Amino acid sequence: MSSLYPPILNGKAVYDLKDQKYLKIWQGPQHPGVTGNMSLELDVCGDQVIKCKTHVGYLHRGFEKLMERRRYINCFPIVCRICVPEPDTNEYLFAAAVEELLGIEIPERAKWLRTLNLELSRLASFLMWIGGQSGSFGSGTVAQWALAHRDYVLDLFEEWTGARIYHMYMTPGGVRGGLPEGWDAHAQKVLDGVYKLLDEIRHVQLNNAIFKMRAVGLGTITPDMIDKYGIVGPVARGSGLGRDIRKDQPYLIYDQLSFDTITESGGDTYARTVVRWREMYQSIDLIRQILKNMPRSGPLHISLPNVLHLKVPAGETYVRAESTRGEYGYYMVSDGSAFPRKITVRGPSYSHAMALLEDLAVGVNLADIHGLMLSLHTYPPEIER
Amino acid sequence: MNLRDILSPLYVWKRAFEKPYTMNTLKDGRPGAPNYRGFHQNDIDKCIGCGTCAEICQNVSIDMVPIKPTRDGDSGLRPRIDYGRCCWCALCVDICPTGSLTMSNAYTWVEEGLDLDVRETFCYIPGHDPKPWDDEPLGYRRPQDYELLHLDRTPMPQLPPEQRISSFIEMVKGYSRELALKEADRCIQCGICTATCPAHMNIPAYIKAIREDNIAEGLMILYETNPLPGICGRICTRRCEDVCALSHRGEAISIRWLKRYLTDCVEAVDYQNILQKEISLNGKKISVIGSGPGGLSAAYYLSRMGYQVDVYEQNKAAGGMLRYGIPEYRLPYDMLDKDIEYILSQGVKLHLETRVGQEISFDEIYKGSDAIFISTGLFEPYRIGVKGDEIAGVISGLELLADVTNGVEVILGKSVLVIGGGNVAMDAARTARRLGSEVKVIYRRRLEDMPADHEEITEAMEEDVEFVFQAIPLEIEKTGDNRLRLIYGLAEMVDQGDGKRPQPILIEGSRIEIIADTIIAAIGQGMNFKWMDGEASANIKFGKWNIEADRYGCTTDKKVFIGGDMFNRTADAISAIADGHRSARAIDSLLK
Repeated sequence: MSSLYPPILNGKAVYDLKDQKYLKIWQGPQHPGVTGNMSLELDVCGDQVIKCKTHVGYLHRGFEKLMERRRYINCFPIVCRICVPEPDTNEYLFAAAVEELLGIEIPERAKWLRTLNLELSRLASFLMWIGGQSGSFGSGTVAQWALAHRDYVLDLFEEWTGARIYHMYMTPGGVRGGLPEGWDAHAQKVLDGVYKLLDEIRHVQLNNAIFKMRAVGLGTITPDMIDKYGIVGPVARGSGLGRDIRKDQPYLIYDQLSFDTITESGGDTYARTVVRWREMYQSIDLIRQILKNMPRSGPLHISLPNVLHLKVPAGETYVRAESTRGEYGYYMVSDGSAFPRKITVRGPSYSHAMALLEDLAVGVNLADIHGLMLSLHTYPPEIER
Repeated sequence: MNLRDILSPLYVWKRAFEKPYTMNTLKDGRPGAPNYRGFHQNDIDKCIGCGTCAEICQNVSIDMVPIKPTRDGDSGLRPRIDYGRCCWCALCVDICPTGSLTMSNAYTWVEEGLDLDVRETFCYIPGHDPKPWDDEPLGYRRPQDYELLHLDRTPMPQLPPEQRISSFIEMVKGYSRELALKEADRCIQCGICTATCPAHMNIPAYIKAIREDNIAEGLMILYETNPLPGICGRICTRRCEDVCALSHRGEAISIRWLKRYLTDCVEAVDYQNILQKEISLNGKKISVIGSGPGGLSAAYYLSRMGYQVDVYEQNKAAGGMLRYGIPEYRLPYDMLDKDIEYILSQGVKLHLETRVGQEISFDEIYKGSDAIFISTGLFEPYRIGVKGDEIAGVISGLELLADVTNGVEVILGKSVLVIGGGNVAMDAARTARRLGSEVKVIYRRRLEDMPADHEEITEAMEEDVEFVFQAIPLEIEKTGDNRLRLIYGLAEMVDQGDGKRPQPILIEGSRIEIIADTIIAAIGQGMNFKWMDGEASANIKFGKWNIEADRYGCTTDKKVFIGGDMFNRTADAISAIADGHRSARAIDSLLK
């Protein structure tokens, strides 16, 4: 059999799609490998991908531009929509950027509540991801368990913030309310359930011969690729790089919590799965630490100037936080008016889903593409904003 | 791979023996969390239709629709929410100044009418269109300790009471720039105030000008509707503040003090530069009788419209009640003159000490003018109406205030009684206090029934003015040592039914005596229009207490307009200013 790969001429693969050896497949935009919409243009030889091109743009809603015509308080309900499964990082970063430009410090209790919110939403986001990761390899059982537990976490959000998905909780200046009565006990119960689920996932998924056969060695990222592709978060940590903003540049009250950066050395889909699975334990532990140590009284919100006329002093800032996909950033420029001059959102999925995936997909079996994409854990809404 | 990896997944069977996670929502239902952000509810009677919910809604999903009659402090509009646009962020609930808007915890909305336009099925007016969740007690409410509005007023620096009573120096110091900006920032720009202000001043716009530090713009906005803003910025009855949206859960914006701040920021010499407008005279002549706020307002607007305006005033200076009825500590004369002189600089001719009917006849004015605006006010004080109310030592409040203005030496004696509960009574009492007397106010009704400005009552109390409530004067007599004895009876308040003021009824047999050096009657004043005589008055229809006029102040003689206290029932400066402006426009359209 001749070589699977076409000859390369002047750095480009040369092949004829009409010679019946190669086939072009459009996958997406309703793609099982992502939460959102995104397309892959795959050239395959048999069931092996020889070239992958990513296409995004199906979710572009123009939020960054929209915000340039909105008062700051009116941007607040918009930002959460930039990433659907984990909206809270956006809320936090938007609020943090405005607060930094205004030069204000939020109350201590609000910082604890924000951290609690961020960790809880990390847990919800990871639960959604592990459902997809297992489902993409044909294990629908774990997918259903995980999504059921995610709904329990969303119940907690509903009781606390008044909404399940878009919590709209962290306003510039603080948070919108304290924890309702009885919330702690309910949260502990849900966390116990998730903890038990994670133990079971170890048996059913991580120690699963089929999962191992498909995930080990799939989409291996070597440490030297990390900076080249701008890889962050659990994807980088799966390749042995202990990079975690919560630890490296602690924000909110992360410096008062005890946790370690979790790394694995394999660099493949399996290693990334294990990193995220361990980080779910970590989130549960952090939430329990927060519930134990957080102040239960004190102000939640500092008094801002009238939000209807709020003008933010001219300046620019970049704030970042660790989301489930890695470094999430907000670059905000104010010209001193009531509207932001420019807000740019750095969604970590951008580099993972577009540049990295194109190279990792080459040589992968068509049936493993979704598993590979999920192991990069990308959310297209944050690519496009 | 090892044997463990093959057997381990069989662990999955363990879950088969657990209770299912799913629930039958059709059978059991799944209510929303207690503070879930569901469909809106609105307490329609508490809502004032200020539209702040619509203002903050980033999706433009709220529009204000008329469903109630408009009244003071209520636009009659109520929010209608388009659920095709709403994102349930609840900022509308958070910012609602009255707290009327809330959210139920309802998840779903099932409605018949798929064939209808979505604007009918997707939108409703909470509280007005009945919905199943209207009485739902649960749902999102603005959380405690979280407030987007600033409900507390920026305090105005004032002289302490002990310093106040030692002189006639203006007691209110005025906002600094910093304080004014802070106070202006609180405004939510709903405009409920504009509708209530008799002159319909564009209050949100000039507060915005203050916020943006654009004093010139602010002054121009003031002069669009009020040519005496420096005066109103001090003594206005400020009905705007009574209806301010923020007053429902907090303190109203200090609209009056912000107006004062604007005028205080501009020197008199700069007024013309800021407000300049070329006036081209149209050759027509208007006479204004009375130079109080009504007359001055009419004179200003008419002269800006190009009319030659002559103002006739019986006193030595212009201003009317502003000058002769308001003490200097509330309205310093230089501030009064600043506003009046700007009006006069527009080419208005002022004839001082010219009493119509004596120095000039009404007929002469009538013949020489294309139109006449009369605003002579109420300057005939009512007598107390008891035996002895004409004895020397019984004076009227207006008399006292005018004497002080005119620099006449007034000797009141050690103890003074003021009879009445209105603003003139308060001014007289506080003036007497400043002249060194001990003052008691005798009022027929209770504290809460007093028509005087609440602020003035409080300040009078701070200045150690004593109050005797539910006291009806019966008789005044001279004592042996040439002092006065007031005999009064106690009153009980008798309810008069719905919406009517309770009446004080004398308790038979009650009789209390009190000795004083001076008794000041301040129980109101009436109109005098006997000077309107001759042929000119032939077409004017006089009532017993009033002159008949339409809503523009136009009397039965099309050439003659009236305004101010003669015309409106509120009898305050701002209503007179509004009358002057309104009649000026009416005269302009009549003569065009």
